Amino acid sequence: MSVPQVELKNMTKRFGANLALNNVSLLIGSGTVHALLGENGAGKSTLVKCLVGFYHPDEGHIQVDGREHRLNSPKDADALGIGMVYQHFTLVPSMTVAQNLVVSGARLPAYINWQSELRRLGEVTRKLPFHVPLDVRVSQLSAGEKQKAEIVKQLYLGRKLLILDEPTSVLTPAEADEVLGHVRSLARTGELSAILISHKFHEVRRFADDVTVLRRGASVRTGAVADLTDDALAEAMIGEPVSKMVQHAPKSQPKSDIVLSISDLRVNGDNGLPAVKDLSLEVRAGEIVGIAGVSGNGQLELVEALMGQRDRSGTMTVSGSSFNGTRQEIARLGVYGLPQEPLKNACVDRMSLAENLALRNFDRVPLCRGIAMNYGALADQAERLVAQFRVKAPGLNASMSALSGGNVQRAVLARELTQDVRLLVASNPTFGLDFVACEETYRRILEARNGGAAVLLISEDLDELLGLVDRVLVMSAGRIVHEVSAEGADKRVIGKYMAGLKAA
Amino acid sequence: MSSISGIESVPSKPLVTASQLSVALPVLAVLLASAIFAAFVALYGQNPATVFGLIVQGGFGSSFAWQDTLSRAAPLVLVGLAVAIPAQAGLVIIGGEGALVLGGLAGAVVTLPFAGAHALPMQLLMLLAGGLIGGLWFGLAGVLRQFRGVNETISSLLLSYIGIAVFHHLTEGMLRDPASLDKPSTHPIDPSYMLPTLPGVGVHAGLAVSLLLAIAAHVVLRYTRWGFALRVVGGSARVARMIGLAVNRWIIGASVVAGGMAGIAGAIEVAAVQGTANSSLIVGYGYSGILVAFLARHQPLAIVAVALLIGGMQASASLLQRRLGLPDATMLVFQGLIFICVLVADAIAQQLRETTRR
Repeated sequence: MSVPQVELKNMTKRFGANLALNNVSLLIGSGTVHALLGENGAGKSTLVKCLVGFYHPDEGHIQVDGREHRLNSPKDADALGIGMVYQHFTLVPSMTVAQNLVVSGARLPAYINWQSELRRLGEVTRKLPFHVPLDVRVSQLSAGEKQKAEIVKQLYLGRKLLILDEPTSVLTPAEADEVLGHVRSLARTGELSAILISHKFHEVRRFADDVTVLRRGASVRTGAVADLTDDALAEAMIGEPVSKMVQHAPKSQPKSDIVLSISDLRVNGDNGLPAVKDLSLEVRAGEIVGIAGVSGNGQLELVEALMGQRDRSGTMTVSGSSFNGTRQEIARLGVYGLPQEPLKNACVDRMSLAENLALRNFDRVPLCRGIAMNYGALADQAERLVAQFRVKAPGLNASMSALSGGNVQRAVLARELTQDVRLLVASNPTFGLDFVACEETYRRILEARNGGAAVLLISEDLDELLGLVDRVLVMSAGRIVHEVSAEGADKRVIGKYMAGLKAA
Repeated sequence: MSSISGIESVPSKPLVTASQLSVALPVLAVLLASAIFAAFVALYGQNPATVFGLIVQGGFGSSFAWQDTLSRAAPLVLVGLAVAIPAQAGLVIIGGEGALVLGGLAGAVVTLPFAGAHALPMQLLMLLAGGLIGGLWFGLAGVLRQFRGVNETISSLLLSYIGIAVFHHLTEGMLRDPASLDKPSTHPIDPSYMLPTLPGVGVHAGLAVSLLLAIAAHVVLRYTRWGFALRVVGGSARVARMIGLAVNRWIIGASVVAGGMAGIAGAIEVAAVQGTANSSLIVGYGYSGILVAFLARHQPLAIVAVALLIGGMQASASLLQRRLGLPDATMLVFQGLIFICVLVADAIAQQLRETTRR
């Protein structure tokens, strides 16, 4: 089967009154990599979900090599050789790569002849320009190897059009380069075509042939990557000329007093094994300390331990007092947080917006006297915060899940940052947010810093981190392996530490 | 990353609101269960209209019927609360029967050493002892969940069987009154300690205790910071920990209070009806409580109404048996049908919510 040319024509998809896709057309030439750029909610995922048969477009159709096809289910997409590589891995960790590949076949016989299957697998992988160990358990692979194994799986399944959904978000810069380099060379040699969903311009520039920019469900710009400048792409994405996103904030001189001090912190992961190992760090008032690292190197456990959500050993003090995350300590020492995925990690979705805005102070005057709640005061506070932070919601009594991602984040910002914040722990605070909400989050974090708060910012997005912080720590395998001031930071060096290639 | 989460729109107004749905679905479920039950009795050669007529008559048709219904509703309210209170904290605890019988046993024996005391302190002591033992029993399920990761639904159910076995072991052994021959029982409590009859109603004072506790639960859950905190814990333990709530304490506390309710139900049955602890206490109130709570959507005041309905149905069983010769278990069949229909309705409601969210 040669690599087909796939064309989407005039695709429109509505969810209720909302136009998720508005007459989008897309041509993926045989053997090319086509990048799909756009903010969250621009319609990228909806478009590719139509292409893999999860959604059915209200209008428009899909042509493969000039013939029109209706995709009623993912099976139809499979028959056409269209496959998706998800951001999060879909391999079974406890099985070897080879076993994973074989069982991923759509029509698995009742009796598996492993020898002949493995032979067939060997033939597929031999032709590849890169090597993935077949007889190693997936749990022992690095993130980059897993991503490669996902791609091998697609080729093994005979897929000719790969859709890569932000494939590099879990990889180090070097791993990302390698994986995307392979995709590009496979396209060059006519093994496949690819759609690359991304929001990183440099990836698009280096690895894609063509690019289409989506905004609010419409295709606003399309063309060869070589013909478009970064500024033109950014402008198309956000719909207005870009002023530099986050101005490198004027560094305030950190005050000398240490707010957060952690020493010899040990935290176990969900699997019971140490995820954070003898970690020590300090954050001073009025400075932002960033923790860079590939996801899964203990950052999550670190944050949860700091927020009192996970058991730990070692000492943690805030402004000199030991901190265990009780309600009294939080209020007295001013420890607040902006977790990633705020709907899941900072909100109770079965409670109303107004109640969620009150989570920090529901048990204090004026929201509560003695044990009696004052729901009038709770509604007043919600109204004030919603206006102040411009939270858009169907109503104060709407459940949190009725709000868009950006508005959930605004609600959390409103709740956390209107307290007396002296230590702010932010963990991938802009993950999954649209451009405007991101910028607002950055601004609020900087304001908190300028107001004298100590900020610990954990982020997997190195660009975001370097734009905000005063000092960078690199975390790898549960330890801090590198420390550098923001001015002296070199992305390549940091990348090597992130990948664990250099030890402290 | 799903594009759904990023869609910037206010969802269009649904045909029915969530609160309308939460009332409509249980009602529909009861109607559907009634239809199936009608077919079931028709299969036995009975006219469904006659059967339903007798249920209404036997449960609510006379002051005698009402007295029977109300005295059955009293424990049902409490065992319903025993399911509904932990449900606020996200727990599904269904072992009310075990806590009820152990609470009843505690109530039956706690006053035995005190002969000739004033009635009121003894009555309070019985309720307190029942509540304490029931609370301990459910507290075990909470502790097992928080510290050993044991699913509370399964542990509470199994604890219920253990509780019943302990009850038999003690009533037939150490605590047995040698005078109780064919039905092993504890020594009867002093008749002057029995709960009085409410004047004008003709029902024991346990009914008043149940109603007061239901109202108290309603007020605490709805209007205090404890209820608020409990809903946070039930909605998301992660978020509860983030805002500094001691999740373990709330979960175990909710379990203990719930077990206390079931234990008090048992003590009331002993102190108002049986006068002693024996196997008459094990008639499935604890399991009916699960039905009551689910049908009432875990709302304390709705529990009172549903407990009346279920109490009335159970009260009419003997009339059905006498008049139509329908077996004693007929009402259990009806209850079971209602329960299944409610669960199905819940599942459908869940699906509806998910599809409207798309």
